[in-house]
Amino acid sequence: MQRRAIFNNRILPYFLLLPQLVITIIFFFWPASQAIYQSVLEQDPFGLRTRFVFLENFQTVLSDPLYIEAIQVTAIFSVSVTLFVMVLALFFAVMADRQIRGAQTYKTLLLWPYALAPAVAAVLWNFIFNPFIGIFGRALNDWGLLWDYKLNGTHALILIVIASSWKQIAHNFLFFLAGLQSIPAAVVEAAMIDGAGAWKLFRSVLFPLISPTTFYLLTINMVFAFFDTFGVIHALTDGGPGRSTTTLMYKVYSDGYVNLNLGQSAAQSVILMLIVSALVWLQFRFVEGKVHYA
Amino acid sequence: MMIPKPLRNLPIHLVLSIAVIIFAFPVFLAFIGSTWDAGTIGRGDMPLTPGPLLIENYTNALTTGRGSRVSGYPVQVLLWNSLQMALAIAIGKIIISILSAYAVAFFKFPLRMFFFAMIFLTLMLPIEVRIAPTYKVMTDLGLINTFAGLTIPLMASATGTLLFRQFFLTIPDEYVEAAKIDGAGPLRFFWSIVLPLSRTNIAALFVILFIYGWNQYLWPLLITTSREMETIVIGIVKMMGSGEAATDWNLIMSSTVLALLPPVLVVVLMQQWFVKGLVQTEK
Repeated sequence: MQRRAIFNNRILPYFLLLPQLVITIIFFFWPASQAIYQSVLEQDPFGLRTRFVFLENFQTVLSDPLYIEAIQVTAIFSVSVTLFVMVLALFFAVMADRQIRGAQTYKTLLLWPYALAPAVAAVLWNFIFNPFIGIFGRALNDWGLLWDYKLNGTHALILIVIASSWKQIAHNFLFFLAGLQSIPAAVVEAAMIDGAGAWKLFRSVLFPLISPTTFYLLTINMVFAFFDTFGVIHALTDGGPGRSTTTLMYKVYSDGYVNLNLGQSAAQSVILMLIVSALVWLQFRFVEGKVHYA
Repeated sequence: MMIPKPLRNLPIHLVLSIAVIIFAFPVFLAFIGSTWDAGTIGRGDMPLTPGPLLIENYTNALTTGRGSRVSGYPVQVLLWNSLQMALAIAIGKIIISILSAYAVAFFKFPLRMFFFAMIFLTLMLPIEVRIAPTYKVMTDLGLINTFAGLTIPLMASATGTLLFRQFFLTIPDEYVEAAKIDGAGPLRFFWSIVLPLSRTNIAALFVILFIYGWNQYLWPLLITTSREMETIVIGIVKMMGSGEAATDWNLIMSSTVLALLPPVLVVVLMQQWFVKGLVQTEK
């Protein structure tokens, strides 16, 4: 899209763009191209010699059982977080959408967790589920469940799902509420006159009408679960016990930054870039024409 | 329809109240933890009512950050670091993106769409997917453990530019024509017309970006290597360590409460702008 009335100035626009472009090139495009470049090279351990290996790094990465394991962990984790977050957020939003007293107060009291850092959420939930001092962690052990997220991979996964979801529900709640409030009252009234009950109204009217929001949140939550939950995992489990909470994102970090395996870490980066690109593409494709809030 | 309205709404109030309690419970517990001594918490004897050490714990966290096990950095320094970082990122990003959006929306020049596409593409390159090479660039430029290194790379991204561009496209052409007739140049037009019109958008974006900056984790983890540069979020996670029973939980919890107060206050007090900003930046 281009406006009609514009300024004719030859140099000024370049100056206005300069700060953003400089930062973008130095800190985004240069490292990204380095990642792509390194992903097709192999370096000896001393960094003395490099040779071109084409897709060998990708082959190595994708056939590495540890990587396959990380894919599985990521899939279980992100699907759990996304489902958990969206079901609860939608439920709360449908409730808060009613004409009730204090609706605004409820909204305020439900949106603030958005402000929390994922790592802070991790600290808070550790304080609750710590097997020795946490109020729930101890209770679970008292009931004979032998809860210890430091030893049991499933427990660790459950804990990072809870901490991540708790932080993300507020965000989804806000979008669902905005979506629901944009539905004209006449539509809802018509359905009620036709005799639709609460469930029928939700199932046949509200849910289909907010489907663009739902789809949008689906991609956003995937991105959140893939990348933004790094803080939760790093603070709570360090990818462990074993590798039970090592997601793809955590693996890029531990292979590239901690273990310095450049070629394979670069290949992993490129794979993640492709995933993000696909998600962003999906998001814009669907958002461009289909989501209407007002 | 026979049941009176207040009663009919009772289940809804009940569900929403439970939701509010679930949301608030972890923070409530952190607050309780911040008022007891480490021994009580470590033995698992912490009651659900505030203890006697509120002032001591917070004073200790703010001024020393040290307990019998944890040797952290004074939380007031960490809070100040986080505040500086969040403000620098938010303000820097707003300035950089409003300028580039102005160029893209109000000028016609060669390679305009190319540059715009370039900015747009950064959406596909979050820091998380390019950690190792970005770290290398930072080392080469000598930006490790500097405030510039901590903030500048986070100032450029597409969201701000996209938001401002979208808003600029709604400014009527007549405004530009009138400004031209009155002899105003592009910079004058920007300063006197565009900037005042963008006030609410700037406020909305500021809230979102302040929180984004305050909550950064991976980037400061990589870039800050000395303790006095640490942000509060990193500081708390380091204090917690592996989370053993016998650690200074009272200190960790008072620091956590201090860490979450600023962003939560910004969201609650600037709620209108926050909601507007959230729905717009992500749209």
